[in-house]
Amino acid sequence: MNITSVVSLESLKLNLFYGNFHALKDVTVRIPEKAITSIIGPSGCGKSTLLRVFNRMNDLIPSVRITGQVVMHGHNIYSKNMDTTVLRKRVGMVFQRPNPFPLSIFENVAYGPKIHDLANKKDLPEIVENSLKKTGLWEELKDRLNNSALSLSPEQQQRLCVSRLLATEPEVLLMDEPCSALDPIATAKIEELMVELKEKYTIVIVTHNMQQAARISNFTAFMLLGELLEFDSTSAIFTNPQHQKTQDYVTGRFG
Amino acid sequence: MRRQFEEAEGELKNKILSMGSLAEEMIHSAIQGLAERKREPLQKVTTNEDEVNRLHIDIDNRCVNLIALHQPAATDLRFIIAAIKINSDLERIGDQAVNISQTAALLLDHPQLEKKLLNIPRMTELAQSMFKDSLDSFVKKDVALARTVLARDAEEDQLKSEAFNELMQLMQSDASTIQRALGLILIARNLERIADHATNIAEDVIFMTLGKDIRHHAEGVKDANS
Repeated sequence: MNITSVVSLESLKLNLFYGNFHALKDVTVRIPEKAITSIIGPSGCGKSTLLRVFNRMNDLIPSVRITGQVVMHGHNIYSKNMDTTVLRKRVGMVFQRPNPFPLSIFENVAYGPKIHDLANKKDLPEIVENSLKKTGLWEELKDRLNNSALSLSPEQQQRLCVSRLLATEPEVLLMDEPCSALDPIATAKIEELMVELKEKYTIVIVTHNMQQAARISNFTAFMLLGELLEFDSTSAIFTNPQHQKTQDYVTGRFG
Repeated sequence: MRRQFEEAEGELKNKILSMGSLAEEMIHSAIQGLAERKREPLQKVTTNEDEVNRLHIDIDNRCVNLIALHQPAATDLRFIIAAIKINSDLERIGDQAVNISQTAALLLDHPQLEKKLLNIPRMTELAQSMFKDSLDSFVKKDVALARTVLARDAEEDQLKSEAFNELMQLMQSDASTIQRALGLILIARNLERIADHATNIAEDVIFMTLGKDIRHHAEGVKDANS
């Protein structure tokens, strides 16, 4: 393995239990900065759980117990003094189904900066414009910013959800199957967006679509039954994986 | 999906083996015609070539389809990449056999040289064994066998140089041998090329099986893209 990139997030011997179910087993992974890392594996392997660990989304589920550490900038995000609101601003998440707020396009993007007190009211139009420009939505939507976000196409809604995150100036974008509710053309556009965004952001994506992982990601993590079996450059995972189970999965022998 | 892919992969393997046996026969017939001074085996080479050319195209089409329709990865991908490359080596081996048979046909118009065929029989035997073992290593994914093919290539090169030297001396001492000696030089060269193609096949088998590129002494060099 030849992975020398700067690390953005790192989990160390991370274990997660849903009640008695041991969902993540001793997961140690280093997520490289300003790159796309895909997490692949069959259903139930723990890939979404691992993704949610990175911004403590699992805290919202009762009965979850976590041991081990997740380190970002030298701090364990699971330490007692970590403010999860600040964490989730730095590490934002995009979900499977686009979930814009039932507000106007403008208000969707302005929402984050407002609640985090990131901007004066007079700066908001500029933040909204910049955030929409970063996802390629500005030209399409600049004349109807006051329309409801729910009137947009699914692809535009997903872009808007990304814009909403970018408005709060995050470092890491977590994406949980962000294209699975989109058609192939919309998928291609979101993939292009991800590739553009990795210049400035660290992206971690969970995907069932192995070709998507192969196309867009720089690194790939393969998980099985709660364990991280293999982590390597995407090219190594798809041409010459070292673990037999990874081999079987990427060649479609199971999963 | 997995089952369809494996069936298609199995058929592809069989086509490569058929092409391999045809090419083996072509070498055998070309050298037989030369050694026994008979034209019949030489004609057989041309007949086989048509079939080899047909398989060349068929195998490439199958590989393109497998890639386009199944998006293979890991061992599956390496198998198809190896198949594409082995396919061109087999076609080139067929071409070398055709060249040998054409030169042999010209040599049959002249009386045999006193020195007969020098070490050409030994070169043939070695090239054939390397070729056969390279195909066996492909079928069995046998890296150790593939490595024995690589190890034998130097001997073939040595035999070719010896043949060149002897034939050159012969031409210098007796100008009437030039035409025939040149023919044998060409044939020695063709046999040495067949051994090179067998070496390529063995290298592809190692790539296919281990995921390691050992060409041009690259073994041990870390993948620069990762």
